Amino acid sequence: MKKICILLLLFSYSVIQAKQIEVCNSCENSSIQKAIDAAENGDEIFIRKGVYKENDIEVNKEITLFGEEGTIIDGNNNGSVLHITANNFIIKNLKIINVGVSYTKDHAAIKVVRCKNFVIENVILDQIFFGILIEKSHHGKILKNKLSSTAKDEANSGNGIHIWHCSNMEVEGNEVFGMRDGIYFEFVTESKVHNNLSHNNIRYGLHFMFSNNDTYYNNVFKNNGAGVAVMFSKFIIMYQNKFLHNWGSASYGLLLKEIYDTQIYNNLFQENTIGIKGEGCTRINYKNNTFLRNGWAIKIAGACYTNIFEKNDFMHNSLDLAYNTKVNDNKFENNYWSEYTGYDLDNDGIGDVPYRPVKLFSYVVNKTPEALVMLRSLFVDIINFSEKVSPVFTPDDLMDKKPLMKKNNDSI
Amino acid sequence: MLKILKYSFYDLMRSRWSYVYFIFYLLLGFVLLFLNNDVNKAVITLMNIIIVLTPLIGTIFGVMYYYNSKEFTELLLAQPINRKKIFMGQYVGISFSLTLSLVLGLGIPFVLYGLLKSTAIFNFTLLLVVGSFLNFIFVALSYNIALSTENKIKGFGYAILMWLFLAVIYDGIFLISLVMFDEYPLDKFSLIATMFNPIDLSRILILLKLDISALLGYTGAVFRKFFGTNFGMLISMSILILWVLFPIFRMNHKLKRKDF
Repeated sequence: MKKICILLLLFSYSVIQAKQIEVCNSCENSSIQKAIDAAENGDEIFIRKGVYKENDIEVNKEITLFGEEGTIIDGNNNGSVLHITANNFIIKNLKIINVGVSYTKDHAAIKVVRCKNFVIENVILDQIFFGILIEKSHHGKILKNKLSSTAKDEANSGNGIHIWHCSNMEVEGNEVFGMRDGIYFEFVTESKVHNNLSHNNIRYGLHFMFSNNDTYYNNVFKNNGAGVAVMFSKFIIMYQNKFLHNWGSASYGLLLKEIYDTQIYNNLFQENTIGIKGEGCTRINYKNNTFLRNGWAIKIAGACYTNIFEKNDFMHNSLDLAYNTKVNDNKFENNYWSEYTGYDLDNDGIGDVPYRPVKLFSYVVNKTPEALVMLRSLFVDIINFSEKVSPVFTPDDLMDKKPLMKKNNDSI
Repeated sequence: MLKILKYSFYDLMRSRWSYVYFIFYLLLGFVLLFLNNDVNKAVITLMNIIIVLTPLIGTIFGVMYYYNSKEFTELLLAQPINRKKIFMGQYVGISFSLTLSLVLGLGIPFVLYGLLKSTAIFNFTLLLVVGSFLNFIFVALSYNIALSTENKIKGFGYAILMWLFLAVIYDGIFLISLVMFDEYPLDKFSLIATMFNPIDLSRILILLKLDISALLGYTGAVFRKFFGTNFGMLISMSILILWVLFPIFRMNHKLKRKDF
């Protein structure tokens, strides 16, 4: 309904008083700022091919700003480029480059402050500090943009799509790489993030905090410095995301810290140092996820209650599960474990012997991390085997009573 | 020495056990690659096998060959040939034939399954190099034991015990000490402790190349910093060479005094 409203609104504007202002190097309006100053609410500004060396462009009118192929706004490594404080604007088909790095100010290619009903589409941002920085805004759409930079370290780099104190945002089809955090959410509610590709960022592919009631789906997070971090949030839904190759001594596919009432399903965790790391997570359902060739598939640190792991596939992980607290009321049921060696006499697809995902070795490693150098030693295999036969150290009640004989997801 | 080497080598090449060993590796390679077509994953599984099995086979072969060819060796000793040359010839002969079985046995299936086109070629080569080193080291160690023990049964016992110690017990002690001295910085200790065991050293060397290093966290960082660089690689290779040279040196030392 809201979308239709916005469209109708925009449509009516363009019918009633559509005026198009052209910007080109030889036009009457040779700079974008001039064109904006000359425009009124509802006008369109068409920026012709060419390089425009401008920064801190104030957009304070309800306009449509668009370019064509070859339209480049060069920020001269000096401050922000577009600074928007108007509602109902559309920005599309632009290329913005060279945003200045600052240690005191958040310079961004597109900075949106206190706006409503806007669209940022098909924008290419390169060599930027912050990419799209949105503050205290609502009902915005950020679609099919491409953001990149060459961030070297965390201190002097910014985030790709940085959203703060917003609601009802939609982030779709963007590609972000070479930034500090690919997509960053703080105090963002009722929002959707989908079909994005966030890769090779130096910190997190996706990072969100204090952001409730959000949905994340069909995203790919790949080769990021530390993976994806979600913290202090409630009512999150994450599905069909791929967390790939987040490999490093402090990396994980997905970090969950203080997360409540969340659904995580149909995701793929492949070749991460830690697939999911959970700290203080409560009432989380993990269903139908695939954990493939991770170091640890799941590492549970503490204060996790009522987590349910159901119908997941654990395949060829170095260690399936690390647990350093009580099991509490967390539950493992109907998962497929590639290391399961039990049998199924009645052929109902469920193994007759329970599976214990915590090995003695992962118990030891939890106590003494250095012991990990013994990984794949014959001695470790022997103690794991003897522990499997008669558990002494590993939590007695931590087991999958109904392990599946065949994996759930055949696609992988 | 070359003549003796040639003789030992041909003798072993004709023996049934070399073939059994060769065919075992050949089958292993084929079965592994048949079960999962991924050369990379097969390399990891192979590592587990090579690290345990190569030392064991090396040890047993070494002891067995020494005791079996003892009469012939005594005959040779009666000839005007340098003792050192006789034993070195035998030693190199055994190690070389075992290494040949390993390299050919595993190499053939992997090459047939497209190793040359895969990215695993470096890891695989490292695996074979480490496997060959383990052959040379453990044959040398077992020859030492055999030379020092007249009694065949005792010799076998000691040799197996040596293997058991290095493959299993050492790791057990290592692990227990890591857990016991939890509160101390252990990275240097574990680095040095791995140096003293060729099996551990080979295992870590391959593990780090196989990208599991990131799992190791802080200790891993210390290890990777050490082994990951060319310098570390050089050091660990030279330590493996030392592990070959030291038993050979002791063997020669022992030979000089031994009364046959």
